[in-house]
Amino acid sequence: MDLKPTPQEQQFREELRTWLQANKPAPFEGDESTPEGRKAHVEYLKAWQKKVFEGGWAGISWPKEYGGRGATIIEQAIFQEEFTLAGVPHLVNSLGIAIIGPTIIAVGTEEQKQRYIAKILSADEIWCQGFSEPNSGSDVASLGTKAVRDGDDFIVNGQKIWTSFAHFSDFCLLLVRTNPDVAKHKGITALLVDMHSPGVTVKPLRQITGEADFNEVYFDNVRIPVANVLGEIDKGWHTAIATLMNERANLGSSTYVMLKRTLDALIARSRTSMHNGKVAAQDPITRQKLAQAYLELEIFKSNLNRSLSKMSKSKVPGPEGSILKLYWSEYNQRLQQIAQETLGPVASLWDTDDGLWVHGYLRTRANTIEAGTTEILKNIVAERVLGLPKSY
Amino acid sequence: MDFDLSKPQQLLQQSARDFFSRECPAEKVRTLMETDTAFDAKLWEGIADQGWTGLIVPEEFGGLGLGTVELAAVAEEMGRACLPSPFISTIWASALIARTGSEGQKAQYLEAISAGTLKATVALLEASADWNPDGVQLKAEREGGSFRLKGRKEFVSDAAVADVILCIARTGDDLVILPVSRTAEGVTVTLTPSIDATRKLYAVDFDNVIIPEGDALETGYRALDAIQQATGVATIALCAEMIGGMQWTLDTTVEYAKTRLQFDKPIGIYQAVQHRCAEMVLFTESARSSVYYAAWALSENDPSAKLAVSMAKAYCSDSARETGNRGIQMHGGIGFTWEHNLHLYYKRAKSSEVMFGDATYHRELIAKEVVDEPEK
Ligand SMILES: Cc1cc2nc3c(=O)[nH]c(=O)nc-3n(C[C@H](O)[C@H](O)[C@H](O)COP(=O)(O)OP(=O)(O)OC[C@H]3O[C@@H](n4cnc5c(N)ncnc54)[C@H](O)[C@@H]3O)c2cc1C
Repeated sequence: MDLKPTPQEQQFREELRTWLQANKPAPFEGDESTPEGRKAHVEYLKAWQKKVFEGGWAGISWPKEYGGRGATIIEQAIFQEEFTLAGVPHLVNSLGIAIIGPTIIAVGTEEQKQRYIAKILSADEIWCQGFSEPNSGSDVASLGTKAVRDGDDFIVNGQKIWTSFAHFSDFCLLLVRTNPDVAKHKGITALLVDMHSPGVTVKPLRQITGEADFNEVYFDNVRIPVANVLGEIDKGWHTAIATLMNERANLGSSTYVMLKRTLDALIARSRTSMHNGKVAAQDPITRQKLAQAYLELEIFKSNLNRSLSKMSKSKVPGPEGSILKLYWSEYNQRLQQIAQETLGPVASLWDTDDGLWVHGYLRTRANTIEAGTTEILKNIVAERVLGLPKSY
Repeated sequence: MDFDLSKPQQLLQQSARDFFSRECPAEKVRTLMETDTAFDAKLWEGIADQGWTGLIVPEEFGGLGLGTVELAAVAEEMGRACLPSPFISTIWASALIARTGSEGQKAQYLEAISAGTLKATVALLEASADWNPDGVQLKAEREGGSFRLKGRKEFVSDAAVADVILCIARTGDDLVILPVSRTAEGVTVTLTPSIDATRKLYAVDFDNVIIPEGDALETGYRALDAIQQATGVATIALCAEMIGGMQWTLDTTVEYAKTRLQFDKPIGIYQAVQHRCAEMVLFTESARSSVYYAAWALSENDPSAKLAVSMAKAYCSDSARETGNRGIQMHGGIGFTWEHNLHLYYKRAKSSEVMFGDATYHRELIAKEVVDEPEK
């Protein structure tokens, strides 16, 4: 057991830090409350990701031959940490990098890897994930969006929902039903779908926070070449599992830094906020809550590092991802609630810290729903980690 | 970075697991807890033969010279067996002696501890039950070339079997650490039955006990420093023991959930049961991460060590209890019986929760480090 970084890891961190300092972009100046402003913001973010890619810092643990850096999983985690610490804009192709690229690398054909991977990293093509449907959420395998074979194409009809970033995506990793006559897991196929294809309609959905990050996506006789099947026809469930495992395993190192930043901001504020006639930071109960938030977050970091050590030996994401996701999603909700209690009415104003606390509080409600609900993740831990019988 | 036990550390842990499952089955725990001391001389000899009483004692004093990670690896297995023994007490005392005392005193005590011929404990708490050493009131009056100890210590673990009791006393404004033989004139040890019969607590009365000044291990701020550091080491050993107990409770509960039938099905098929078990995994694994991080930080003298110990103890205190609560609940009526072994672990967790400070105590220590403005 040795928690110190290796010399190689240390050098990686320093090189990256230097690069980030030298290349940090000027802040976005546009107005995100207008449609044009939001478009400009996406373009700004794409340009930034392209610069990161050209600097050789995108796809840290992805194979070199497809444009990645060929580095270790631990260096990948260091990247996420430093990137978030540097306060630079996020990588706009977040789902492409976190889950879709790794899935294509794991199960795609050589042509598909050559065709898609580098463009995911450069943000030339933005991706979204089309799994959930109005009637198929936790039970993704029950999905009904249909694909019927017609020569060298599939013709797709149906609807997806909650599709994050579909409104500016170029491609979608889409799950469709290709065989309705077999058990639900056995008739699914994963398709790489061009979102600019005729018949694709995207309708933004407004969220509890007021933003519109996710969408409904309609498919009306959309033609998709059979060559765009990811994995095998009718074996899309295998592809979906690879995606979901990456989804849960990937949300770690940058999450830690973001949570840490929120906690630091909260502690700093507690030193000036008043609570029950005292400075909050001196109120014994508030101190207990903040200390608990602090220790839980540091323990998350240790959980994460243990999982990373394990993954860097096994090379595949395991059930640890589900445990990490359970932990941080519930933690984030507790942290935001502590912020509300510590800051009082000040926290409810959109003007306070640019809405950090209102937005943060509301946004965390989704944490225990997206990427597998808490209930489903506990089912997974019970069945796959503990070997308890399947409840459904 | 590698957050995994190394091969030798894994082997050490495996040998501890084998040893305790062989030498300390549940029947033994039950027999010992019915005695006044919960002590088995043969078992202690066996532990000493493995070298574990001197696990963290430097080799020059006859120990294995290993670090806190190895200590945690072994203590975890003690917790899995719910081992009754003066191990934690002796580790606490030996960590204190290693940080204080002359070379001669170190040799005198540490060699005997490593050989298994000397058991020791630390008498810190008093009636106030305050873990903060600043709360120590018991007087050590200087008198000629001696200290005269008068007063009562409480919550002293394993005092009835300890050959030496390290008494933390106050002389003037200063703390002093005085080694006192349990059989010295004026020392009375009284059992104070507590929730956990497998780890006995005692009141120790010092009635004008005379200790030569030269015996004092340390005084003043150095004594305080050493107490805090040694208590940190013992705390991590205790936390490691706690995760062993949590793991036993989890394993036992999952096993039961797979075999107990209700409504014609194993209860583990019901999500209400599954989710409690999943929460137990989360608690146990997170506690394990916190303990091994702190053990590593202590072994490396990392600046985060002190904070890491408090974080681990706060987390383990709460999560060991919560794991136990779920374990009992998932067992139904049988979980409430004397007959089932669950209560041995439940009570151990409860006594460990308060030993070396509970979650509230440690959260305040954490707040002092991270909520208060850093001193300029
Ligand atoms: C912000 C956000 C972004 C998202 N982005 C995407 C995206 O980009 N792409 C995408 O495909 N999807 C996305 N989703 C969808 C998300 O994956 C689903 O919302 C989630 O899987 C739950 O499905 P559902 O909403 O249909 O709820 P349901 O599955 O209907 O669940 C409702 C409730 O029932 C519980 N439940 C359901 N089944 C069980 C069971 N077997 N046992 C116990 N409890 C059960 C659930 O835990 C939940 O509490 C996003 C969701 C959110 C909130």
